[in-house]
Amino acid sequence: MEYSQKVMDHFMNPRNVGEIDNPSGVGTVGNAKCGDIMKVYLQIENGIIQDAKFKTFGCGAAIATSSMATELVKGKTVQQALEVTNRAVMEALDGLPPVKVHCSCLAEEALHAALWDYAEKNHIVIEGLKKPVQDIEELHHLED
Amino acid sequence: MATKIYMDHAATTPVRKEVLEEILPFFTEYYGNASGIYSIAQESKKAMEKARAQVAAGIHAKPEEIYFTAGGSESDNMALRGVAEAMRQKGNHIITTKIEHHAILHTCEYLEKHGFSITYLDVDADGKVCLKDLEAAIRPETILISIMFANNEIGTVEPIAQIGKLARENGVVFHTDAVQAMGHVPIDVEEMQIDLLSISGHKLGAPKGIGALYIRKGVKVEPLIFGGAQEKKMRAGTENIPGIVGLGKAVELAVQELPETKKRLEAMRDRLIHGILDTIPYSKLNGHPVDRLPGNCNISFEFIEGESMLLLLDALGIAASSGSACTSGSLDPSHVLLAIGLPHEKAHGSLRLTLDMDNTEEEIDFVLEKLPVIIQRLRDMSPLYEAIQKQNS
Repeated sequence: MEYSQKVMDHFMNPRNVGEIDNPSGVGTVGNAKCGDIMKVYLQIENGIIQDAKFKTFGCGAAIATSSMATELVKGKTVQQALEVTNRAVMEALDGLPPVKVHCSCLAEEALHAALWDYAEKNHIVIEGLKKPVQDIEELHHLED
Repeated sequence: MATKIYMDHAATTPVRKEVLEEILPFFTEYYGNASGIYSIAQESKKAMEKARAQVAAGIHAKPEEIYFTAGGSESDNMALRGVAEAMRQKGNHIITTKIEHHAILHTCEYLEKHGFSITYLDVDADGKVCLKDLEAAIRPETILISIMFANNEIGTVEPIAQIGKLARENGVVFHTDAVQAMGHVPIDVEEMQIDLLSISGHKLGAPKGIGALYIRKGVKVEPLIFGGAQEKKMRAGTENIPGIVGLGKAVELAVQELPETKKRLEAMRDRLIHGILDTIPYSKLNGHPVDRLPGNCNISFEFIEGESMLLLLDALGIAASSGSACTSGSLDPSHVLLAIGLPHEKAHGSLRLTLDMDNTEEEIDFVLEKLPVIIQRLRDMSPLYEAIQKQNS
């Protein structure tokens, strides 16, 4: 697989793996059928992302983009976090093979889902944030 | 990288030293075109006929029933399209299975677009074809049954002799893709009543780009490639003499050594399979537990995805493969794993380790030591594993 060194670094030594107890926002996107699920936890204080963690079921690119996306949003304001797009994550990783571009979209969606959760919990509106498409039914059907 | 453990022999094998030695003179010394009448051409011709006899002996066929091709895919294409076109007057129905190699399945799709009707038989949870289903699928217009000898992903060996008998009783031509089986399990085209059989060189220590199709004398097949009169006008093109010589030698060696190879590989394989299943929870063997290729181990691990597993294995110097979508280049996981009833998420987490005689017991130990760590590492990152842990606690 023609992964960049940065992708391999974030895959072999992923940053921010784990969970956050009582997170300010949590978002899960993707589905097991396609082979990619990302769950992002955010700890937000005074509108600033203090901490970000993830759990990902997926390929090397999925894990590397989760790692990079959580790394990029830390210390940013909620509004600035919206600028961490799939393109930004990909660029930070020195690119992804064409067939893996969808993995970077998943990272952006997971981030947005966590921010949406935060906004809903706190009854606030984050300008420019759309309700994420979630497809996590497989999570609840593990016994199948 | 210190360790180099190659466990992807079902993908391809290194050329055997004995094979390479036989081949080399045919590149520079005996380079003659076998169609010539001068002496070095005659050397080529002689070597080719010796190889034909070696391949024939390996499957209990006659030398004149062996046709050299550029590999397993060409043999499969030639068998299916060749029989379909030659027997069109008799009928347009072909029976195959859902777990065939793409060289069969995509040829069938092509034939469907050209007026043929194909029945794709289901297989059971172990990957075996049901003989009753096969019998029920045969119609008056059935001209060909094509069922693989052994599956490349899950290693299941099909009941070929019984299929051959059924085909013969019903007057239907029987082709088997034996690319994975050749040299690993005994093959006898007489006893098993096989009419056509595909072989690939690089799966058994011969070079890539060489294969053969056995065609029983009397079975009608149209050629795929037109041109010169090579291979009795069945396959045009100047013969790949080094490849042919290599294939002959590789088949001869593999068949000679088969009883010993089979015994040793089966023991290694079973130690690997049981070692993995015993130490890693939420793991499951894919394919038949007993009727399987001697070197094939295919296991699904829940909650993780195959490509990440392969990358971590590769970082330790272990070469393996997976049926996950990410390794297939499409969004769907392996059609074989889906056909044996695995849900998508389990098919994504499959690992195939295929052994051959160059693998050692120490390598098995190393994999058994490292694999649980890799699986746990990925599971600790997986939201699916997190969910099941919470459900269990």
